[in-house]
Amino acid sequence: MSSRYELRFSGAGGQGLITAGIILAEAAAIVEGQHAVQSQSYGPEARGGASKSEVIISNEPIDYPKATSVDACLALTQEAADKYAIGIKPGGMLLIDSDFVKREPQGDFKTVKFPIISTAKNEIGREIVANVVALGAMVALTGIVSREAGEQAVIARVPEAFIELNKKAYNTGYEKIKSLIA
Amino acid sequence: MAFDYEQYLRPGKLPHIWCPGCGHGIVMKGLLRAIDTCGLEKNNTAIVSGIGCASRLPGYVDFNTLHTAHGRAAAFATGIKMAKPEMDVLVVGGDGDGVAIGGNHFIHACRRNIDMTYVLLNNYIYGMTGGQFSPCTPTWAKASTTPYGNPDPIFDVPKLAIGAGATFVARTTAFHATQIDKLIAAGLRHKGMAVIEVLDDCPTAYGRRNKFRSVVDMMKRLKEIAVPVKAAAHMTPEQLEGKVLTGILHQEERPEYCEQYQQVIARAQGA
Amino acid sequence: MAKKVALLQGNEACAYGALYAGCSFFGGYPITPSTEVAEVMSKELPKTGGKFIQMEDEIAAMASILGASLTGAKALTASSGPGISLKQELIGYACIAEIPCVIVNVMRGGPSTGMPTGPSQSDVMQAKWGTHGDHPAIALAPASCQEIFSETVRAFNLAEIYRMPVQVLLDEINGHMRERIEFPEPGDLEVVDRQQATVSPADYKPFDDSQGDIPPLASFGSEYRYHVTGLNKAADGFPTSKPELVDAEQRRQLRKIEANRAAIEKNEEYLIDDAEVIVVAYGTISRSARYAVDVLRKEGIKAGLFRPITLWPFPEQRMAELAGQAKAIVVPEMNLGQLILEVERVTRRVCPIEGIGRVDGEPITPAQIVAKVKEVL
Repeated sequence: MSSRYELRFSGAGGQGLITAGIILAEAAAIVEGQHAVQSQSYGPEARGGASKSEVIISNEPIDYPKATSVDACLALTQEAADKYAIGIKPGGMLLIDSDFVKREPQGDFKTVKFPIISTAKNEIGREIVANVVALGAMVALTGIVSREAGEQAVIARVPEAFIELNKKAYNTGYEKIKSLIA
Repeated sequence: MAFDYEQYLRPGKLPHIWCPGCGHGIVMKGLLRAIDTCGLEKNNTAIVSGIGCASRLPGYVDFNTLHTAHGRAAAFATGIKMAKPEMDVLVVGGDGDGVAIGGNHFIHACRRNIDMTYVLLNNYIYGMTGGQFSPCTPTWAKASTTPYGNPDPIFDVPKLAIGAGATFVARTTAFHATQIDKLIAAGLRHKGMAVIEVLDDCPTAYGRRNKFRSVVDMMKRLKEIAVPVKAAAHMTPEQLEGKVLTGILHQEERPEYCEQYQQVIARAQGA
Repeated sequence: MAKKVALLQGNEACAYGALYAGCSFFGGYPITPSTEVAEVMSKELPKTGGKFIQMEDEIAAMASILGASLTGAKALTASSGPGISLKQELIGYACIAEIPCVIVNVMRGGPSTGMPTGPSQSDVMQAKWGTHGDHPAIALAPASCQEIFSETVRAFNLAEIYRMPVQVLLDEINGHMRERIEFPEPGDLEVVDRQQATVSPADYKPFDDSQGDIPPLASFGSEYRYHVTGLNKAADGFPTSKPELVDAEQRRQLRKIEANRAAIEKNEEYLIDDAEVIVVAYGTISRSARYAVDVLRKEGIKAGLFRPITLWPFPEQRMAELAGQAKAIVVPEMNLGQLILEVERVTRRVCPIEGIGRVDGEPITPAQIVAKVKEVL
């Protein structure tokens, strides 16, 4: 039985969402040996605009590489939430940045929120790691890969000098969700 | 002792396609003398051309020869030289081929300063297609597509080459037969992009439309307009009106492209 | 020992496949969505003494790989629709002068600039008919990142075996998506090197067909000296306009493919034996089709997938056989009806054939295919 699970990371170009998707796919495909496909769509702008990265994870080979009905979605901006929450399947999950998504998308899914970007800025000290905070949060929310696998993939991807910073970001995001849904 | 051209000519490939009176044969002979002077080995030499009368030259000579598509010779030659830098690479071609349809490849080969010798035979016209104007056809000259005279300004090929970064630039004419091989030989010895423009005559497509009654008249004109660059230094602008400078017009040392890429290889390999 | 694994984009997998095949020269020009191929080659080639050059335009990039190939190098370029349109001139040159090379086309929308970051499959007819004149064509359309790696290796093999340009057709989706790749060890995949000339230099003719339709190509800078031209030529490589020689040369070039279809064609068939509806799909969209076939089977509808991996030459014989058993054929493709023309032609329309065309920059979804299959039944 295929365990196809679909995740979507959305926000603005330059927020590192494609990287977050890649790290999750690496955690699944390289660390855990599952099947994973990561894809993205973006406009011509390198920064700004609505950006999304999708990751499909399964215990079997994945045929269709794009999301069909999203199990879990992250939205860091209002524009992304408006545009990309539509594809969430009934009973799915939506994680939003509570500072930036004021109009919550409505639907048959569970919405979880916390100030992701401000957490990165104020608790980790660097806004640039908001994507890794979000990644930790998505791992905690979905359990699609283990906490350790996610952390290992983060460590493998970032430059040595930034490993501690990113580990902290990842684990902070993870803990935030664990306390929110506890 | 007379120079033995036969040693470099492919048996059975002559007669060439060039018209009686065309200067391309003079340039080909100069090219062969220069290759001989510089001791280039046949197996190690590639001669590349595009499309046009001048671009038929490689077919007659016994080297690795590549008759490419219109204008693309410099780009093919770049691929050969990059892949096998130990080879000696020459490009021959006409004015339309080199600086109209091939203009982009020409200027970028100059910019890279890749080690090749580009002999551009400028006969002011598209000869093979029957005499249409080229970027080197003089303003108000007649061509089959300028029945009222040519309104276009010209490219000055050496200036173009110098501006684009070629590190050896020279000019002569088909009249100055012995200077052809000297300049090509100097270009072959030069490390980097060498451009030698040879002003040439096309009696069939250019001469008869532009009041040249004979090939001799065309050759006389080439003789008259040519001013050696050293002599020009002592001439007034009025005296230089309508003249062209000949000889080595520019020479400088600048890193050669394939050698630069060797540094890329060294860096990639952790040197 | 466990194989080396990585999560790679299709474009990256393509570049690593080229390196595995022994590619030592890349000439390119920047264009979305193919640029990652160039980026990987620029990084990896110099590590082993290979050469990367970014040329002044697409035509020059194509010219550079042909020049390099003539020196004996296995050579690659990569581009997308607008660039491939520019390269057509010299793709034709590679055909007539019979110079091996591989051209990757990461397809995006068109015509003209189209949609640079949107996927498309609208260059499949261009891959066959893009350059002027009659000429042979080989084009491969892999679906997954692993297959992009292995089909790029096969593209080099075919280029060397048949002495001609081979195109690898990707699209913005499978070029950019990331999947787990297992790197084959040396020897896992077949790598074919160029056939060397064996006659004496004095007897060498670059197009001598006395030993078969594919004469060996000697390298520039070796002891063999010869002439190459884009004009119709005789066996010795020099131009000819003798009718019988021109005719023989042109026919030989097409025969290189026609006589070797079995060795070049490659298809995948999924649940095809009892299929009543056959979905014919290739590249990324074959993945939508496979998903759709699974959905349909669960609903009791006998659907199957026929996936040409070699698009050109098109698998005429097998397609015609399958059409004989099917009640209907559905051809989903990200264009407004291209490969379907070939399906219609070779099957002589013995059963209803319906296309699904999509050109809005989004992939054809499994749901679209499921709906169309139900509609035709």
